[in-house]
Amino acid sequence: MPETTRPRTLVEKIWEEHVVLQEEGAPAILAIDLHLVHEVTSPQAFTGLRARGLPVRHPERTVATADHSIPTLPLGRGLPIVDTQAAFQVSELERNCRDFGIPLHGMGSETRGIVHVIGPELGLSQPGMTIVCGDSHTATHGALGALAFGIGTSEVEMVLATQCLLQRRPKTYEVRVDGRLAPGVSAKDIILALIARIGVGGGTGHVFEYTGEAIRALGMEQRMTICNMSIEGGARAGLIAPDETTFEYLHGRRHAPRGAAWDAAVARWRTLPSDPGAAYDRSITLDASALEPMVTYGTNPGMGIPITGRIPAPEDAPDEARRRALERALAYMDLRPGEPIAGRQVDVVFLGSCTNSRIGDLREAAALLRGRHVAPGTRLLVVPGSQQVKAQAEREGLDEVFRAAGGEWRESGCSMCIAMNGDQLEPGQYAISTSNRNFEGRQGTGGRTFLASPLTAAASAIAGVVADPRPLVDRTAVQVGGR
Amino acid sequence: MPEPVTAFTSRVVPLPAENVDTDQIIPARFLKTTDKAGLAEGLFYNWRYGPDGTPRPDFVLNRPEMQGRAILLAGANFGPGSSREHAPWALLSWGIRAVISTGFADIFRANALKNGLLPIVVSSERHAALFGRVAADPDVELTVDLAAQTVRVGDADTFAFEIDPFARRMLLEGTDEIGYVLARLPAIEAWEAAHPARVNTLG
Ligand code: SF4
Repeated sequence: MPETTRPRTLVEKIWEEHVVLQEEGAPAILAIDLHLVHEVTSPQAFTGLRARGLPVRHPERTVATADHSIPTLPLGRGLPIVDTQAAFQVSELERNCRDFGIPLHGMGSETRGIVHVIGPELGLSQPGMTIVCGDSHTATHGALGALAFGIGTSEVEMVLATQCLLQRRPKTYEVRVDGRLAPGVSAKDIILALIARIGVGGGTGHVFEYTGEAIRALGMEQRMTICNMSIEGGARAGLIAPDETTFEYLHGRRHAPRGAAWDAAVARWRTLPSDPGAAYDRSITLDASALEPMVTYGTNPGMGIPITGRIPAPEDAPDEARRRALERALAYMDLRPGEPIAGRQVDVVFLGSCTNSRIGDLREAAALLRGRHVAPGTRLLVVPGSQQVKAQAEREGLDEVFRAAGGEWRESGCSMCIAMNGDQLEPGQYAISTSNRNFEGRQGTGGRTFLASPLTAAASAIAGVVADPRPLVDRTAVQVGGR
Repeated sequence: MPEPVTAFTSRVVPLPAENVDTDQIIPARFLKTTDKAGLAEGLFYNWRYGPDGTPRPDFVLNRPEMQGRAILLAGANFGPGSSREHAPWALLSWGIRAVISTGFADIFRANALKNGLLPIVVSSERHAALFGRVAADPDVELTVDLAAQTVRVGDADTFAFEIDPFARRMLLEGTDEIGYVLARLPAIEAWEAAHPARVNTLG
């Protein structure tokens, strides 16, 4: 490790500590502290490992769960997964974990859930770590101050075999969010506003570090929402320096250090934040107090506007390619330039995904739905992020709030975020969704997605159309959104 | 063991859309496979086929003259979104060996290089000129030479492209990256000895 007094960023500190070897002209060999595995992107990696006759180098730094292709209707009474391909994928994961000694939070486990929900929840994801998963939303774990990023299946095989990756040092991009969020505006609106500003390729080649007063004021779950969608802004990772909020969140969690080890860890974590005067390759500043609830109207997450806004016109696009892209998106979404986004009909409201399915998200949505009802003809699907989130919500009676409002309450999983498990839109339907991707067909072939926060989704469920949550938030006696 | 990548010549499949995400390249329902093979059918499925499964004749990949072409000329920022390596696997199994764009999403680029699919970055001017050339002469042949880091357009015009020198070496030699890292095991062991594990997932 280089001895240096040069001011360094959080990313540089984590990076430099984890470089195993840096040969001239080659990428660094980077050590990985934690490897998360799920059923969809791992089978071919295990096949490769078997073909090489290699073991998993560190099964005790690896953890698996089943989340993407599994049903969210209760499996009880020993019913099998009906989709034979999905069932085979899950049974392959079970076999691979058994054969290679990897702990699995699998079907029937009380600790199963979306991989990016259970990592922090179990205290596995910690500040200063390098964390990878064959999944682009691995950036979520950056909320704890970890360098966490998604990898492909070849790289999954690499990490299984070596507990390392070949990586080039990423560039750094400071995203400073000043000011305070207004009530009814939340973390999701910050990240949607950022992506609308820089575009889906804006962060390519970079790692975001989110800084500033508005970020500091966020709780851990809200920080996860922001880091989660770094990839939608083109950055493979996004992180937030650890602070008291981080330590408080981690303390006492199953895999968090205890006793003297806890004190030592906290002392180490306190050295991680970027030094004063550390330089970033790029930077941008947003003003949180100017933000309104955001919603996307198009077919990539950069096509977002304030909820009081109107659908942009292709003629106003800065160039020909973007004009065509917007025309295509509006044709797919069947929306017309100049019309307000608020008031557009929604058929389905999806409250879930690794972006917004944690207990705080469910509490916010439930606060608006309590004593109210989903509009006739609108379907509300609530899918908690993990079995532990589900159990906690049930202890608080949130499941009853959702059911009484006319919603469906499910087992945890990715569900309609990716629509691999039968939870999906019909062609032509509109969803308002708390997930992270509005790509064509993402939530079902021909389905159309508006991305928004849990508050906006809940308000829209009640109204049956895209609706601004702020009037409802004002009338609701609990504090939700910005603080 | 990967096959060494060699120079090749092909006509071009033009796909001018920007930000073509990996959900479009291969929709999620094709990810339930536990294999790498057989993904060609799912490539751009929702653009290639209508809701009833009939081919859309206007989509470029369905045009008879496009069959067998190995170079995809794509719009800006190709491959954002999901980390699914099924995207390069599907392109390769359809027959694509190089994609030309003004830029690629990070994970897609890494996944492509691991599989010998060449992500070739060109300037916006070159990009526009290539689309113009292909529009004027749809059967123009391009020769992609990784060793020389050049693309020859037709008989005359040749341009150079940048590519990660390490990835280039691995691809030209057909070297396996896992083998490369395992050959440096002592360095890994030394690092691990100096850095205690941060977590025990079995604990
Ligand atoms: S919830 Fe959606 S984005 Fe998150 S891991 Fe699952 S499929 Fe991916």
